[in-house]
Amino acid sequence: MAGDKGIYTKRDDGRKFDEIREMSAEVGIVDSADGSASFNTGHTKAIAVVRGPRTLHPQHMQNPRKGILRVSYGMMPFSVTDRIRPGPNRRSEEISKVTEWALNSVVDLSEYPNTVVDVFIQIPQADAGTRVAGINAAAIALAHAGIPMKEMVSAIGVGKIDKTLVVDLDKYEDSDFHDAEGSTDIPVAITSRTKNISLLQLDGKISVPEFKECVKNAKVACEEILKVQMQALKNIDGGNN
Amino acid sequence: MKNTRQIVIPGEEIVSGNEFLPGEGAYRDGEAVVAERFGIANISEKHVRVVPVSGAYYPRRGNTIIGTIVDITFNGWLIDFGGAQNAFLPVSEVPRYINRNELRDFLDFGETVIVKVWDVKSRGTDASMKMRGFGKIEGGLILNVGPNKVPRIIGKEGSMVKMIKGATGCSITVGQNGKVWIKGTIEGELATKKIIEFIVENATIAGLTEKVEKFITGLGMKIEEVEAIAEDTDVEEENTEGDKE
Repeated sequence: MAGDKGIYTKRDDGRKFDEIREMSAEVGIVDSADGSASFNTGHTKAIAVVRGPRTLHPQHMQNPRKGILRVSYGMMPFSVTDRIRPGPNRRSEEISKVTEWALNSVVDLSEYPNTVVDVFIQIPQADAGTRVAGINAAAIALAHAGIPMKEMVSAIGVGKIDKTLVVDLDKYEDSDFHDAEGSTDIPVAITSRTKNISLLQLDGKISVPEFKECVKNAKVACEEILKVQMQALKNIDGGNN
Repeated sequence: MKNTRQIVIPGEEIVSGNEFLPGEGAYRDGEAVVAERFGIANISEKHVRVVPVSGAYYPRRGNTIIGTIVDITFNGWLIDFGGAQNAFLPVSEVPRYINRNELRDFLDFGETVIVKVWDVKSRGTDASMKMRGFGKIEGGLILNVGPNKVPRIIGKEGSMVKMIKGATGCSITVGQNGKVWIKGTIEGELATKKIIEFIVENATIAGLTEKVEKFITGLGMKIEEVEAIAEDTDVEEENTEGDKE
């Protein structure tokens, strides 16, 4: 059976190979924050909270030229089947950092020197694609907080299962598929106006033409995500905090 | 042409054409004028700006703010008003002569003041206390409502505040940074607090003025007739109190 097409001829959850999971987003879920949003794709849920701009402490970290962005990502202990030890770990520190870079290319904090804008991302339920869901939620929350941004950011996980290119991998495709060539996943974040890539990671093996195809797929999927983000922001009722 | 008032998200094109000028919250990208923040796009004449509808408070020149003294320097006071940086009140901007060694006698740590935003730069905010209605707060109570509810509490040309003042007999000062100072009799202060909390809870519904009128009569108070109140719109009004540019 394993001809040119490989063994992954049908997706586990019945989706088309380029179909993304059902998405939804909500704005203003945390009253005490300056901006907040949730973003769900399938079983993956992300919550982002923005506080600031506010004075940065410790003082030696302050930048007198512009404000800084500080992102903290974390998975909740009950977000996956095995309990995760709460608190920072290697993986969460890495994701915090790449998310910060992805968002830093669109936010403009030059008007707020010596201050910090804090972004807190929490994952209450995980089914792969948590970093991209976190970026999607954080972009909405930053806009909701009134932070100056050149454009929005949308992110999606694309990849390859055995020999098949897929969009929006779930937990089974991302970490439980080990047959034949195994799985490769590529989280991509794309800015809304200039269509620049602000995050690109790769875990697995892939050829250059396939990789280019994947990025193309990501660009198409991000258009869909941008619509969801835009919808959530535009549906806000007036001066809702 | 597009509607002159629309909700825009960062990166969204508001209008296209070289004749339009990008103002606050907007930037130019080729022909297009693009939103730089989330809010309501306002096109007046050829001037395009984006008025934020949510988020933290950013001081603007002429705003009235209520804050707390957090530091005393050799020539003035630092006021925490909930913004990104503290506001500075120089000793020369208070209404009477103060000896530089006796700043604490006039305003001490932790005391609350009503001041006017005199100047906003990216390095900080300067405040003044030299006009009527500004000064140290003594007595009464302070409510924290958040900056985005302020236009609702003030109402069109101050109609909402006037109505509450008339009904409860309290003096009310609304700070654009989202703090409200109420002073009057104890009963009046508590009633005012209830009314303002009602406005905050129902800030987004249409026809708020009538609802508040009903709420006030429900508390057993009378509405004093103020000049005809225009129908509330769904869009945020401009800040009225002292926001003349």
